[in-house]
Amino acid sequence: MSDIAQHWAETRSLTTKILILWFIFSIGIFFFADALNSFTFFGWPFGFYMAAQGSLAIFVVLIVVLNTKQEKIDEKYGLAEDE
Amino acid sequence: MEQEKKPFIEMLPKVYGLYTGGFIAFIILMAVLEQMGLGAETIGILFIAFTVVVYAGIGWLSRTMQVEAYYVAGRQVPALFNGMATAADWMSGASFVAMAGGIYFGGHGYLAFLVGWTGGYVLVASLMAPYLRKFGCYTVPDFIGTRYGGNLARLFGVIVLVVASFTYVTAQINATGTIASRALQIPFEVGVWFGLFGILLCSMLGGMRAVTWTQVAQYIVLIIAYLIPVIWMSNKQDFGLIPQLVYGDAVQRVTELEQLHQVGVLKPTESFAGLKALTVPFVAAGGVMEAWKFVTLAFCMMAGTASLPHILMRYFTTPSVKSARRSVAWSLFFIFLLYFTAPALATFTKLQILDPNLASGIIGKAIAEVNALDWIQKWSTVGFLAISDSNGDGILQINEFFMRGDIVVLATPEIAGLPYVISGLVAAGGMAAAMSTADGLLLAIANALSHDLYYKIIDPTAETAKRLIVARVLLVVLGAAGAFVASLKLTSILGAVAWAFDFAMSGLFFPLILGVWWKRANRQGACAGMFMGFLSGTWYLYMVHWGGMEPWLGIDHLRFGIIGCSVNLVTMIVVSLATEEPDEATQKMVDDVRYPKGETVLSASH
Repeated sequence: MSDIAQHWAETRSLTTKILILWFIFSIGIFFFADALNSFTFFGWPFGFYMAAQGSLAIFVVLIVVLNTKQEKIDEKYGLAEDE
Repeated sequence: MEQEKKPFIEMLPKVYGLYTGGFIAFIILMAVLEQMGLGAETIGILFIAFTVVVYAGIGWLSRTMQVEAYYVAGRQVPALFNGMATAADWMSGASFVAMAGGIYFGGHGYLAFLVGWTGGYVLVASLMAPYLRKFGCYTVPDFIGTRYGGNLARLFGVIVLVVASFTYVTAQINATGTIASRALQIPFEVGVWFGLFGILLCSMLGGMRAVTWTQVAQYIVLIIAYLIPVIWMSNKQDFGLIPQLVYGDAVQRVTELEQLHQVGVLKPTESFAGLKALTVPFVAAGGVMEAWKFVTLAFCMMAGTASLPHILMRYFTTPSVKSARRSVAWSLFFIFLLYFTAPALATFTKLQILDPNLASGIIGKAIAEVNALDWIQKWSTVGFLAISDSNGDGILQINEFFMRGDIVVLATPEIAGLPYVISGLVAAGGMAAAMSTADGLLLAIANALSHDLYYKIIDPTAETAKRLIVARVLLVVLGAAGAFVASLKLTSILGAVAWAFDFAMSGLFFPLILGVWWKRANRQGACAGMFMGFLSGTWYLYMVHWGGMEPWLGIDHLRFGIIGCSVNLVTMIVVSLATEEPDEATQKMVDDVRYPKGETVLSASH
């Protein structure tokens, strides 16, 4: 496989992983919000906490992780931009 | 141009640092003047006038006659500043003024908007922004038109963009009108035109370049205006300086108080136009149907975020693909600062109003006593709240207190007894939020019409100067049309905002994603997908909202994008597979988009 194809394969796999996590924290857990509310997290009912703050913070972290890993992939195959 | 602009880019941190310092000094000056007896009205006028004049000044300084500067700010906006500009572009009058109120009334169910309006950025970062930046387009239809080829695809892209963005922009002009009319004490209809005037001053002379630098300035104002009152209030109630991290106990206290006041049990027996009584408990998430409604709404807002052209085009302005990606992270971080504060604000307001132990608590007190309060009188005369002793017992129950959601942000400083300077600050923040979003939207529409419709379809030989004049004329005409529609007061702020997301996702979500991620997607598929998706979504909206149709599986008018984007996806795949695959040049184009190295796919001055 050429470098470009290899680069794209890794990019795709990274993106898939990020999107699975995205799905869990944006959609998945909120099917169980009521159950999560039965325990508290630093005072918050947990389901409420995730919707009001937890998932939002996780999204920020997800993008930072995505960027860091993607930049490594780009460099590994010499496909990053010339600075 | 590179040489000319370099020093300016390097000076940005200093320039905006000074600007922030200047704004804080202005707030302190106002506070001092208030202590010396300056009237509340004058303070309100000064706050609005001062900030709008500053934005207009930035707009004037950023004027340009270069295509690259006008459409994509010369592609040299650093990631962090583009993040701030995007955050201002993103957070509308609705986010600023109505969100905390929405949480106050809607509780957990409303938080779906917060999750959706932040989660969408993961999609933008992973599926869209870096690839569109590598493409090198000026507008979103520019990508559609070049990737799929042909004027029809481009035209469909333009139509979806115009419908989605126009739905959104009237709500923003409406919000600027509301705030301007209140702060400047002028009629709403005049306020709308005043707001539009300010908006155009920021965008007309310098296009994207001017909008970028005013949006950064507007972000600074709006975030300061949002955070200061909340931190102040929380400090007063002993929740410390970072209330966002410690309000969990307050949420539990609110739940107890709601049981005490029988929230959700006592239903209002009267109604006031535009006002609501609290009937939804704060924390309860409900059963399967509620969970389904939560995730479908969140999904619509996320897919809509990733399809709204005024957001996507902000990532065309960064110097590189890498900085486009980083700038998405900054955007979400700056948005997060406001969004994780809104639920805290809603919680504190509930506490203020519901807690009988606090001086500000009104539920359960004698009606005569409540009616004598200053803020109750002030806001009921402008029709923002109403009190009615429905059961005639002389005590205010939860179902006898009606208010508009906007009050949570606009009046909380007064409810909590903060000085008027804070209310002036909040008005300036709301104005900044609404103006910055309106600017981004108007520019997205005018750019698509001038670049894609006029230059690419109607007159490909048009000269630069003529193109830029057409772009500006369109901006003014569209703004005037928006202000006219807004002055008719057709929709509530939030209903229209959700529709914009649904329109955008119905038409653009899958054509944009598949354009990068599926090489086999071709022109026939994209055109059929956009056409059928947009049409079916619009038809569904019409049927459930006006046609009397029963929503299918709880997919109501706020969620019609689910229907639109599903039809779009299926049509696009079926038609693409049934017709021939895209030619070699197009496939090569898609390959080039997928890695950062090298020139953009479209040349700089296309």
